[in-house]
Amino acid sequence: MTENLVGIFLNSVFTGNILLAYFLGMCSFVAVSKNINTAIGLGFAVIFVLSITTPLNWLIYHFLLAPGALYWIGLPDVNLSFLKFIMFIAVIAAVVQAIEIIIDRFSAALYAGLGVFLPLIAVNCAILGTSLFMVERDHTFIESLIFGFGSGVGWMLAIISMAAIRIKLRYANPPYGMEGYPLAMIVTGLMAMAFMLFSGISF
Amino acid sequence: MSHGAKMKKKNNALKIFLQPIWSKNPINIQMLGICSALAVTVQLKTALVMALSMTFVVSCSSFMISLFRKQIPKNIRIIVELSVISTFVILTDEFLRAYFYDISKQLSVFVGLIITNCIVMGRAEAFALSNPPHLAFIDGIGNGFGYGSVLLAVAFIRELLGSGKCFGFQVVPDYLYSMGYENAGFMLLAPAAFIIIGLLIWLQKVLTKDGELNR
Repeated sequence: MTENLVGIFLNSVFTGNILLAYFLGMCSFVAVSKNINTAIGLGFAVIFVLSITTPLNWLIYHFLLAPGALYWIGLPDVNLSFLKFIMFIAVIAAVVQAIEIIIDRFSAALYAGLGVFLPLIAVNCAILGTSLFMVERDHTFIESLIFGFGSGVGWMLAIISMAAIRIKLRYANPPYGMEGYPLAMIVTGLMAMAFMLFSGISF
Repeated sequence: MSHGAKMKKKNNALKIFLQPIWSKNPINIQMLGICSALAVTVQLKTALVMALSMTFVVSCSSFMISLFRKQIPKNIRIIVELSVISTFVILTDEFLRAYFYDISKQLSVFVGLIITNCIVMGRAEAFALSNPPHLAFIDGIGNGFGYGSVLLAVAFIRELLGSGKCFGFQVVPDYLYSMGYENAGFMLLAPAAFIIIGLLIWLQKVLTKDGELNR
């Protein structure tokens, strides 16, 4: 049991990294990785939102939407799973909004750090993608908790290392037209190769 | 309407259609929507289905949002846009599940992720909310094709070099294999997609002399 959970965590951070292996959250990854401090801020915001929305969506999926989930109100034949896309995105948008209001109310310092990134996160594909993967891989509740947190950590690891590399790249002298996005993509490719090598290590 | 105005209007529609395919390509120039673009490009078949789904969703949702653009209250527009987009994504997903079950399994979560694809949202915000429905529809088709063309280009390279096939048909002749040619298995892995798309963006930047932009 514990071994399995550790496996899910390590897999979602390294070999099955949500960004480098499944390409999710690329848009904000490329746009925000220019500065290391904003990268750290966005990384923490993503971990925070993912660890809340993934288990929450698990509960919603397994008690409202999955085939047979409505047996507790006497409707065992109803299958609402086709509603999962719209439901998940609504939950994510609502949670992000709620978190924004709560931290604005209770911690000005945290709001200054995370607040600006929260609206960006509602449409980050990594968040919705993690919830959808959680359904597809049949995780249990505890597993979905670990998986959400692990995916967030993996995403943060990727964006911080990218930001650090891009600081060095400012002093590089790439060929004409290569500056900016093309170079960022190729560097990401090389990083993805490095992360894949973790799959050779058996945990 | 005078002839000149008519001509201008037609040119305008053509421009709206053509711009996103090359000079304002959503992936290569604006860097939107790459998330899903890379994951489905191992084979041309999945890339084509994904491109068509995307074109359908972006054009229909742009059309719909533009139709209601005067009724949508400004401060809740994001959630309205999201529900319109999700509706079309659900339709696409159910359709694929019913008629193309295998491909739908291969695309896994990526059809659902069209909802959070920045292109759809971006076109709704930047174009559909301020333009009439027919132009919004054309803009959606153009963006879908622009997205699709990059997807197909990446998928073509990956499938050809990675498994020696093109749409599932073997194109690398057998005698090459017997002479010792081997498929580049690396092309089927995730990092190859990043590197290919980086090279494609570089190519387009050089061709459009746009290298100084987005520095």
